[in-house]
Amino acid sequence: MSAVVAAPPLAAGAPPPANAGLAVSCRNLQVRFFTERRAITALQGLSLEVAVGEFLTLLGPSGCGKSTFLRVVADLIQPNSGEISVFGAVPEAARLRRDIGFVFQDPALLPWRNALQNVELPLQVAVSRARRGKATPRELLELVGLKGSELAYPHELSGGMRQRVSIARALASDPKILLMDEPFGALDEITRDRLNEELRRVWRELGITVLFVTHSIHEAAYLGQRVLMMAANPGRVRAIVPVTLPADRTLATRESAGFVALTSELRRLLETC
Amino acid sequence: MSTPADALVDASRSIDDEEARYRDAQRRERRRRRLLPALGIVGLIALWWAVVEVFQVKPFIAPSPWAVLQTLYVKRDVLLSNLIPTAGEALGGFLLGNLVAIAVATLFVHNRRLQEIFFPVVVMFNSIPVVAKAPILVLLMGNGVEPKIAIAALVCFFPTLVNSVRGLEAVNPQAMELMRVLSASKREIFFKLRVFSALPYLFSALRIAASMSVIGAVVGEWIGATQGIGAMIIQATYNFDSALLYAAIVMSAALSGTAFMVVVALERAIIRWHPESV
Repeated sequence: MSAVVAAPPLAAGAPPPANAGLAVSCRNLQVRFFTERRAITALQGLSLEVAVGEFLTLLGPSGCGKSTFLRVVADLIQPNSGEISVFGAVPEAARLRRDIGFVFQDPALLPWRNALQNVELPLQVAVSRARRGKATPRELLELVGLKGSELAYPHELSGGMRQRVSIARALASDPKILLMDEPFGALDEITRDRLNEELRRVWRELGITVLFVTHSIHEAAYLGQRVLMMAANPGRVRAIVPVTLPADRTLATRESAGFVALTSELRRLLETC
Repeated sequence: MSTPADALVDASRSIDDEEARYRDAQRRERRRRRLLPALGIVGLIALWWAVVEVFQVKPFIAPSPWAVLQTLYVKRDVLLSNLIPTAGEALGGFLLGNLVAIAVATLFVHNRRLQEIFFPVVVMFNSIPVVAKAPILVLLMGNGVEPKIAIAALVCFFPTLVNSVRGLEAVNPQAMELMRVLSASKREIFFKLRVFSALPYLFSALRIAASMSVIGAVVGEWIGATQGIGAMIIQATYNFDSALLYAAIVMSAALSGTAFMVVVALERAIIRWHPESV
């Protein structure tokens, strides 16, 4: 079995300061669901530490609990047992502080609001908690490459553009951590490559922590500083693989020997999940 | 001798020709689409006329279209003065029935237990035919305008309730999760998410309710009313005045058609987004 590394949390390139603290820390996390027929252990004994400012990708087959883990961090699902803290507090407190931005697989834009109004939504909900970010909704749309489409309605935007709006919306209330649940899974490969590049740019510009769930080995390797490989039935950590690629990554990085070696290692791990 | 430049000009000309032909075809298609339904209606009236003439149908059994048209003109004052109360009852019933339905739907969506207890009761009441409910309400509420409004409201109530509940619950699940991540209150989820998701559903119910409310008002007037289109229908039937009967039917159809179109216009004005592209 090839290198299965539990630590160190950071790969070469853009390491956050050593004492910046932890964005997410969990120990022995357990989540169970009950359906009519059987009980499903979505997460079993998950222990993990994510540094502030880290880009962690979560990779694994369907049903390995990747999305469940994101939802536990976002306080959408309560774990049955185990401990979890998000920026030093329970997830509920982090949610109430608006530390969390969530990007779903479905952009879930409100069709009756134009792009700008969709990005403004987080500032109009639970207003007393809403935190106005350094960037205005207009600037966020520019950041994700949608300058000029502020007044377009979702049905007038392509799938990739809708997902960009959804990312801008997640950033609107200035979260400290961005949780992304297969955000580019429904997009074509060309759009997906471009959005991957831009997501890395946005991440490096904002210095935000990102947890990114994906089914794609290439995406996981290209985006992350570490790849958390998960296995299904029950959902658990299979391996944590550090990504030793330069911080400046372009699509050409995907042809480098390092990248190829990494993806083939990830594939080998995935096959034994 | 044709040069390459000439060939290019020719090509662009033939593209222009092609476009002109395409636009022409489109124009013809639009005209056809408007013409054909009119053709159906005109054809039906012509058939009716022919049957009445050929078989010498007695005027007290069925009038000719011309006789109906004459009655519409000659008795226009009587018809209009009877249309107004019916229209008022239908409108009153429409407003009352739909408002109550929307309020109950809101309650149902926020309180599942209430929905589970009372929804079967509503379904049971709805399965009683309108014509059977009408006498009960007349007995309860007397002979005034109230039972008519109540009947019109009752027939509007059910479709709007069912569709509103469905619409308020037809929220994109990820949009719902988003609202929870944002720590939105129930009120915010309702006014920023549920209401808008429900509007397309609500309007398809209101379109039904618009014509149903007229039916409700007319049926209400069948029992012991002295004015209104419903009362006219009953009187004309007893008097074998088929021309007046048909004229009254035309009036009620015009009323429910107008109500329907008003709702459609409102819908177009309010729902400017594409509900399917979530």
